[in-house]
Amino acid sequence: MSILDLILDAGFLAAAIRLTVPLLLGTMGEMICERSGVLNLGIEGMMLAGAFMGFVAAAATGSLWLAVFAAVLLGALLGFVMAILVVHLRIDQTAAGIGMTMTITGLVYFAYRLVFADNVVPHIESFKTIPIPLLSAIPFIGDALFNQYALTYLAYVLVPLLAVFLARTPSGLALRTVGENPLAAAGSGIDVIRTRTTALVVAGGLAALAGAYLNLAVFGSFTFGIISGRGWICLALVVLGRWNPVGCAAAALLFGGVDAFQLRMQTSGISQIPFSVFIALPYIATLIAMIFSSRRALAPENLMKPYDPEER
Amino acid sequence: METGERSVRLHLVLRDPSAGRDWLASGIAVVASMAITGVLILLADANPVTGFVIMFKAAFVGKIAITETLARAAPILLTGLAAIVALRVRFWNIGAEGQLLVGAMAAAFVGTIAQLPAMLLVPAMILAAMLAGGLAAAFPALLKNRFRVNEVVSTLMLNFIIANMVTALLSGPWRDPVSGWPDSPDILAGAEWPTYWRGTNLHLGVVLAVIAAVAVAVLLRRTTFGLMMDVVGDNPVAASHARIDVRRTVLISALLSGALAGLAGAGEVGGIQYQAMISISSGYGYAGLIVAMLARLSPLAAVPAAIFLASLMTGSDEMSRQLGVPSFLADAVQGIALLAVLIASQFARYRIVVYWGSRSSAR
Amino acid sequence: MRSIEPPLLDLSGITKRFGPVTANDNVDFQLRRGEIVGLLGENGAGKTTLMNIVFGLYRPDEGSIAIDGRAVDIRSTADAMSCGVGMVHQHAHVVGRHTVLENVIAGLPGRRGFQDRATAIRRLEEIRASCGLHLPQERLAEELAVGEKQRLDIIRALFRMTRVLILDEPTSVLTPEESAGLFDAIRALAKNGMGVVLISHKLDDVRAITDRVVVMRRGKVAASVDNNGRLSNSHLATLMCGHEPEKVARRASQKGDPRLRLTGLVLSDQRRPNHRAPPFDLSILSGEIVGVAGVSGNGQVGLAETIAGLRAAMAGTISIEEKVINMSNPRSFSRSGIAYIPEDRIGAGFAGRLTLAENAVISRFRSRPFSRYGLLDRRAIMNFAIGLIEQYDIRPPSPTTRMTMFSGGNQQKAIVAREIAFPLRVLVIAQPTRGLDIAATSFVHRQLMGLKDQGCAIVMISDDLEELFQLSDRLAVICDGTIVMEGTTELMTVAEVGLAMSGAWKPGNAA
Repeated sequence: MSILDLILDAGFLAAAIRLTVPLLLGTMGEMICERSGVLNLGIEGMMLAGAFMGFVAAAATGSLWLAVFAAVLLGALLGFVMAILVVHLRIDQTAAGIGMTMTITGLVYFAYRLVFADNVVPHIESFKTIPIPLLSAIPFIGDALFNQYALTYLAYVLVPLLAVFLARTPSGLALRTVGENPLAAAGSGIDVIRTRTTALVVAGGLAALAGAYLNLAVFGSFTFGIISGRGWICLALVVLGRWNPVGCAAAALLFGGVDAFQLRMQTSGISQIPFSVFIALPYIATLIAMIFSSRRALAPENLMKPYDPEER
Repeated sequence: METGERSVRLHLVLRDPSAGRDWLASGIAVVASMAITGVLILLADANPVTGFVIMFKAAFVGKIAITETLARAAPILLTGLAAIVALRVRFWNIGAEGQLLVGAMAAAFVGTIAQLPAMLLVPAMILAAMLAGGLAAAFPALLKNRFRVNEVVSTLMLNFIIANMVTALLSGPWRDPVSGWPDSPDILAGAEWPTYWRGTNLHLGVVLAVIAAVAVAVLLRRTTFGLMMDVVGDNPVAASHARIDVRRTVLISALLSGALAGLAGAGEVGGIQYQAMISISSGYGYAGLIVAMLARLSPLAAVPAAIFLASLMTGSDEMSRQLGVPSFLADAVQGIALLAVLIASQFARYRIVVYWGSRSSAR
Repeated sequence: MRSIEPPLLDLSGITKRFGPVTANDNVDFQLRRGEIVGLLGENGAGKTTLMNIVFGLYRPDEGSIAIDGRAVDIRSTADAMSCGVGMVHQHAHVVGRHTVLENVIAGLPGRRGFQDRATAIRRLEEIRASCGLHLPQERLAEELAVGEKQRLDIIRALFRMTRVLILDEPTSVLTPEESAGLFDAIRALAKNGMGVVLISHKLDDVRAITDRVVVMRRGKVAASVDNNGRLSNSHLATLMCGHEPEKVARRASQKGDPRLRLTGLVLSDQRRPNHRAPPFDLSILSGEIVGVAGVSGNGQVGLAETIAGLRAAMAGTISIEEKVINMSNPRSFSRSGIAYIPEDRIGAGFAGRLTLAENAVISRFRSRPFSRYGLLDRRAIMNFAIGLIEQYDIRPPSPTTRMTMFSGGNQQKAIVAREIAFPLRVLVIAQPTRGLDIAATSFVHRQLMGLKDQGCAIVMISDDLEELFQLSDRLAVICDGTIVMEGTTELMTVAEVGLAMSGAWKPGNAA
């Protein structure tokens, strides 16, 4: 079996789509808050929190959707905390984000050990795929694209929804204005602080959803390495996708493919390269993508600059 | 006619700078993290007072305890200095973890291979480690200079990449043939670093870390390069108007930063483990960032900050053994300490007024 | 004829403090329907603060606001706008990457969840009909010229049922021709019942268009006079600063040999990297002040940075005393004795968290006497700073205080002082008196004259035609990245210069 055989396999496409979804959800959330002018470096921690909460809630209640809901709620709450730090208290966004991720990570690991100390880790029933009647019968791509989890379909819908939201609705325009020029936004009567806070809450919720998805749909259980930098990769994907929904979705798809590829290469035995090298593939790809897309990147004009309403 | 929409606004008024208030902020952060530590111990079904006693004893009481803490503080101090040097020019070097690892590998390589007289072996290890670490940090700096790549993402990615490459090396071509574990062969006897107290781990690295702290302090305060770094970090536009080469300053600072982190790696190899392994760092790289923030970017204040974090780690390890409190306590408290110092610093720098108002309109 | 209806805008007892500074001190201000009031005062007098309060950007510590006789509580710009107040700032706050239409409708609720573009387009037509202001709605805001961006800001304010329109220093970025167009629009709006407040320090403009003039001084209202055609500039200036202002006048100087020569220079444009402006020559004698006029955004910053050595030109040479300077090395410029005081002194002039002493030597600390063998000589630095403080009366007189703690005026003084403290061959200074009050303005002008007497060649770039005509020996006009006109000041007229600034001047027979 050659590498080409590996890729041109319908199962590969399905796996790629599966692995695209968490990246897509996280990237969409990050894109939203970056377009309002805020960088959310807490995304890695929020994803982990979502994964953990999803796991615990699923184990406790037996209901997967309740678990998803709990995860999103936690993520939104964490996004709100982030907003207090960087929008209200105007703490440096990079420092606050790193602090959030470190704190959430530490607390999650601590909580995990506490809750599941010596006991066997509970087994949870993960999501099952739901085939869409006609579409899943399409040869080759039908099964990969349309026999997926409910959350995957949600991700499909999210992209055009966000595209329309940003381009054509008043709130979308307000969001973009805040990110480009908060003084112009204030001059137009837009509440900059509220917009940015909302954007962070949404970003947190989506990041947590991504984490819960990884747990409840893709991997079926919780491990410490479940996120493994996917949150950080989303940061790069926003740049690669040029801060617009379709671009970011395409970038996420590309990296979902890379993720699926490296997972398969690990176990395929095609080459003698140690599997650690394959694990590193997504990170290397991210670095390369950043190198090529950062130079001409047109970030929202006021990204990362704190907003001081009474600046003299 | 009131529309009755409630809104809370925080109003930040700049205060006169006061060093006293700034250090108070750090102090409050430390106290707050201790309080949270107590809460976490409670959550773990243990007695906080007992917990604190165990932590204190494990960290400070007795020859073994204090030297363990110091031995742990050394790499944390060095990564803290690395973070300080980078942050002075606003270069967010989150990659100290990877740079430490690269330094460790380089030191182990020299330590296992080099056929040098014993007197040169240790300095060679140090040099190799600092060079490797420096290059590992210079790379993201170059990417930032030439391609505008955000260094937070690039240094983080490098951490993952380096970790995986090291694992691949240590499980494959450079695996220890003797033990079979995925770590490097033991370093030569001559490469083992001198220790200063029989029966303890108090090795050369501890001394080097303190020397480094003093050296960095001198660099920042008394040299022209140090002032260049400050100007670049505060206002790069003003710096270029003053005809300072901003990119070169950032690059050199990054090199220095990585070199310090690499030195930490060398210390772990030469003074503690006597070989390279993937787990040679228990989050020392990230701890360095916390040290830098707690110390308010002051190299000398980084010493007590590093000791604080090291004692936290040592203490929580022991608490985990005795009371069953998960040792991840240290990681959680570290992060909380960072957030606490950030929040407290804002309160130190600004007078914060809360407006609770409702919007009104008149037509 | 006095009407008995309540004033459109009535401010009473407004007080606003920023820390120890009282920006507005018990101010009363009224505006009637259809009235154009000029709000005059030097920098720091409190006029912008007052209007920012009306627009909801600041909240007053004391006092009340009433619109059409009803008391209102304005806590945000959204509140102000719903009360019918619109404000246009000195530098237009627009979103470059959005279209004109998007800039105008931002913040407005749409229809059924979507942006209501159809209604917006209709409304734009109404505005065009009522006062003549118009812009193509699909143009990106960043492609607009400075005057057009301001027009966008005004249209955006008018869009929202504005009844009180506040304009903050609108003419500082316009050519004389554009100013005339703006005044026509304002008159049309006032005729339709709008109340207009014009904040300005340009006395000619204020006298040209206002019905009444309110003068503020040090936070208080100093006078409120009707503009009955008999007001004079000197009267107004006296009201503004409480005494007859000292005017520094141009004087002939010992003009020497050519000091600075620009030959075939093609400036690079950072926003349009492939654009190649036509080359130009310019030479400046020692002891001469050459003023450079131009509409903001026509390459002034590029010109300044190129002469200062911070930016390489695309072609051409720069020479000092006939020696060509290597353009790829910024330090060779400073070694040749060229100093640069940029227009954005607050943003680019100093490092805020460093001390005054450190900032005083910010471009010199890498060499003697301030450092040796890589080590700083802090005592030498301190002494130098103390010398500057004493000589130029910088307050507070503390070299160890952080730059951010100094007032704007003192920061600017420090920056000017540190550049001219060393022997200079050439000084490039942009917008020398922007943001300064009359006393500080005189200070800067006196320093420039002093330098001129010492034989320094000065390139002075300014938006302020009055200042340029007042001080320069020769005048040049920059337009679209190149010098289009140049000559002796005495022989030039404002009209000519205005035409050249808008790109409409043809060289004719001039050499």
